[in-house]
Amino acid sequence: MKCSRDEGGRAVWGVLWRSQMHEQPLRLVVTVLAIALGVALGTAVYLVNSAALNDFALAARRLVGVADVIVRGPREGFADALFVELARDPQVRLASPVLELEAAIPGRREPLKVLGLDPFRAAAMQPALIGDLEAHAAELFPASAILVSASAARNLGLKRGALLPVVVGSTRKLLQVVGVMPESAYGEDLGIMDLASAQWTFDRIGRLNRIDLGLDAGTAAGAFRERLKSRLPPGSVAVAPASERDRAVTVTRAYRVNLNMLALVSLLTGAFLVFSTQSLSVLRRRSSLGLMRSLGATRRQIEIGLLGEGTLIGLAGSLIGVVLGVAFAEGALRLLSGDLGNGQLHAPGAVLEAAPAALAAFLLVGTVVSALGAASPARAASRQAPAQALKGGDPRSGNAIRGSIAGAALLLVGGALAWLPPIGGIPVFGYAAIAGLLFGAVLLVPISTVSMLRFAPRLGHVVPDTALAQLEDNIGMSTLSLSSIIVSFSLMVAMAIMVYSFRVSFERWLDKVLPADLQIREPPGSDTAYWTPQQQAAAAAAAGVSRAEFRRTRQIFLDPARPPVSVIARGVSATRAATELPLVRSLPPPTPASGEPAWISEQLEDLYGYRLGGAIDLPLNGRARRFVIAGIWRDYARASGAVVISRDTYIAATGDRNANEASMWLESGAEPSRVIASLRAVLAPGGTAPEILATPVLHERSLQIFDRAFAITYALEAVAVIIGLIGVSFAASSTVLARRAEFGMLRHIGMSRRQVLGMLASEGILMSGCAVVYGLVLGGILSLVLVFVVNRQSFNWSIELALPLRQLTLLSVTLIAAAALTAVWSGRAATRREALIAVREDW
Amino acid sequence: MSAETPVLELEHLGKRYGADRPPVFEGLNLRLSRGAYVAIMGESGVGKSTLLNLLAGLDEPDAGRVILEGQELGALSDDDRTLLRRRKVGFVFQAFHVLPYLTVEQNVALPLELLGLARSERAARVAEMLRAVGLTAAARRHPRELSGGEVQRIAIARALVHRPRLVLADEPTGNLDPRTAAQTLALLREQIEANAGAGILITHSKAAADTADRTFVLDALGLAPPAAGA
Repeated sequence: MKCSRDEGGRAVWGVLWRSQMHEQPLRLVVTVLAIALGVALGTAVYLVNSAALNDFALAARRLVGVADVIVRGPREGFADALFVELARDPQVRLASPVLELEAAIPGRREPLKVLGLDPFRAAAMQPALIGDLEAHAAELFPASAILVSASAARNLGLKRGALLPVVVGSTRKLLQVVGVMPESAYGEDLGIMDLASAQWTFDRIGRLNRIDLGLDAGTAAGAFRERLKSRLPPGSVAVAPASERDRAVTVTRAYRVNLNMLALVSLLTGAFLVFSTQSLSVLRRRSSLGLMRSLGATRRQIEIGLLGEGTLIGLAGSLIGVVLGVAFAEGALRLLSGDLGNGQLHAPGAVLEAAPAALAAFLLVGTVVSALGAASPARAASRQAPAQALKGGDPRSGNAIRGSIAGAALLLVGGALAWLPPIGGIPVFGYAAIAGLLFGAVLLVPISTVSMLRFAPRLGHVVPDTALAQLEDNIGMSTLSLSSIIVSFSLMVAMAIMVYSFRVSFERWLDKVLPADLQIREPPGSDTAYWTPQQQAAAAAAAGVSRAEFRRTRQIFLDPARPPVSVIARGVSATRAATELPLVRSLPPPTPASGEPAWISEQLEDLYGYRLGGAIDLPLNGRARRFVIAGIWRDYARASGAVVISRDTYIAATGDRNANEASMWLESGAEPSRVIASLRAVLAPGGTAPEILATPVLHERSLQIFDRAFAITYALEAVAVIIGLIGVSFAASSTVLARRAEFGMLRHIGMSRRQVLGMLASEGILMSGCAVVYGLVLGGILSLVLVFVVNRQSFNWSIELALPLRQLTLLSVTLIAAAALTAVWSGRAATRREALIAVREDW
Repeated sequence: MSAETPVLELEHLGKRYGADRPPVFEGLNLRLSRGAYVAIMGESGVGKSTLLNLLAGLDEPDAGRVILEGQELGALSDDDRTLLRRRKVGFVFQAFHVLPYLTVEQNVALPLELLGLARSERAARVAEMLRAVGLTAAARRHPRELSGGEVQRIAIARALVHRPRLVLADEPTGNLDPRTAAQTLALLREQIEANAGAGILITHSKAAADTADRTFVLDALGLAPPAAGA
């Protein structure tokens, strides 16, 4: 009879699968669902972010149009003579002058983007945006005429002929809506005015802040931009259209990667669940597997069969996950407008586009991750000697020693990776360090658990001592149970420490940046609202005000490829900087005589390479002015970077005495609401837009925004923990079922049911206690990487380490209680009277 | 408790699973005094395991009474039955059921630990018992390192170490070769006698049953001596 080694593979597969379905259908279903959840979260996060980014990219493309080069100046602009000069350049085919402003709208926190442009030139430059407008260009010529996008009309309640109030300085001006653009032209809020009208309305006569250039065919845009550098005034830059289009992608990249990593954690925990489920299932089926080997099944057939199980679980979970992910994404877009927490990806017009290739990728990732989870148990099962397998019990091998060596090596590699710099602003090595530390630590679980159990005291009581002996002797199974919970618990601990540290640092930062009783500001990002010196003086003299500090915040470009940086001119001096700014490092006063002092935020240090004591050139009023970096401060408000200079220096350089932010200290006993009313009368005479808030209110609101930003983080982390707890429950129930006969025997020799359950509870407490100790140590180490590497490299700001002791204690106690309860719950069924008959079943 | 009090009395014992099903057995009567050692035989499914459950107080009869050293099991709570079983009953199973993660001496010590004996007394009794079953040299080893006969000797030592009044042995030699089986039965008998208790041996094996003082056959009608020539 001829017989190939692979014959019978189908039979082996069939038997294995049937036994799996017969023995643990519920566990199988839950494992599939755990994978599904991980894949669903990953898919949803990706789809939501993609939809928002697509929406931004589409909007940016519409605004950029067919321009080859975009010249951008500071928000206050440059003289329009530059346009004339560039338009005459022989290599420029078309030049379109633009005044781009964020106009403050009374009663509205978000300003409205307004483009002042030459309709005829813009029609050729941005045809998709205003191509249809050319024939009706004359309608834009009246000084107050504005055309609004369909989105702006909807959100501001406007229609053709309606009046739109805008704030210029502190006065209201009325614009007349002469038309609403079609929905397809632009998806976000936008207003379009004739250039001259915009300059007139917003007091920017003769000023532009953007020029779109179309080049002659054959002109290399890159080389042209280089040549242009020398012709542009300080503070103006020539930008490639791609930089404009990708700005949202660049600015939000680190945040999106972080979210994706969190989704991956859920998937990873799911993979550990597959690993522990399959490992426990292999342990339970050891006799059957040994029998099949005895009957002629090859090692390969067993391995492929078990690997196939894991793959099938992954495939089923991933299929469900992708479908769920699309549904989650649809819901998130509808309910959250694509903003998963950081506020930068708010895109009400975003439309879900589930690209088949992306969905296939998630299907593949889920399946492969699950198969990887099943690979190790499959290999271990296939290597088991049949005779030993038939005998049952926990297999012993040298794998623990090899695993410990590999684990220690991974820990070292992970530790080393944490010191490497980011790649493209992404902490790639930081994430790799976390993965290395996590897997290394998991591989060290057996040896660490043995050591920890060795230290556990023997009490001389049968219940805890028997529990301890069973854990020590079944270290393989105990380790499997521990691994999945250690992974999720340590990540939870690390995240809890990181978020708590961030929150504590954020609160300290708020205390430092909000020292006064009242905070006043024009709408953030607005270019048009400000207070004149007279208004400032009147506000400072208002009844109840003991001290006032006015600030001027402007935006400048330091690098064409990066978003603009904020310049904050305020009453700061070298001697008082430490008390007025949240400094992390500074030069000892006095400042070197080589220049005026400037204090840069940590983002400028990380992104632009500026160093303490070095020089920074700031373009102010069209001229570069050199400052000495006297200090580096922490800024959680402006991700693109900020620099603080003295307001006197700013005024001397620019002549701009206006202000758009202020802090007010009140006289003792002054009623804040009365002071607010009198300030409003001075700073917003026409009912304009400034926001005046008591500091505690702003403090509270800021913390609410902080917590909202981390809500999705908590949600994703909670999912990972739930999956980890499911792993513990599986391990407990599986172990208990496998030991049914043992419990029967113990009941026969006089152990009461309570004592058996007590033994199980002791095991649960010991095991989860080990997991808690291990998870706290590992989570603490991972939190260092999160706080000092991933956070710093992702967001370019530092946070101080703080330990949420109460939260960690609560988490630890909850985990131990959950593990003990799960063990007891599983044990109740196994110690029922009917189950005791199992003692006479041959196992 | 007087010396004349029987170790075990069964009075009209009956058990059925479901009102619409025939009884497993009914009207069972038996009285075992100290030193008595009886074998119970019967076909598969006749209710031998059910009878053991009733004797040990792990199940409740539908009729009749089980009295262990003067205490009627039916009158006791589950906890009290557990305590009684802990003190007065020893079990030996066909599949041994020793705990693989405990050493030989730890397995044997289990009933003593449940009884709360002091460590020193526990150690002395375990050493004595291991000597009796010939396992002194294996005291610190785990069951997986021993042969089937040796493992069953652990089970016998565990069943007797707390000096129970009644030893219930359920096919204790079913998994052993004839020579080891004979040695095990002799050991069991010897140890029951040494403890001045009573023993019930459930078995299919005529040879095993022959080591007992008396043999009964269990069927639906009750316990009866085997037919002549059986």
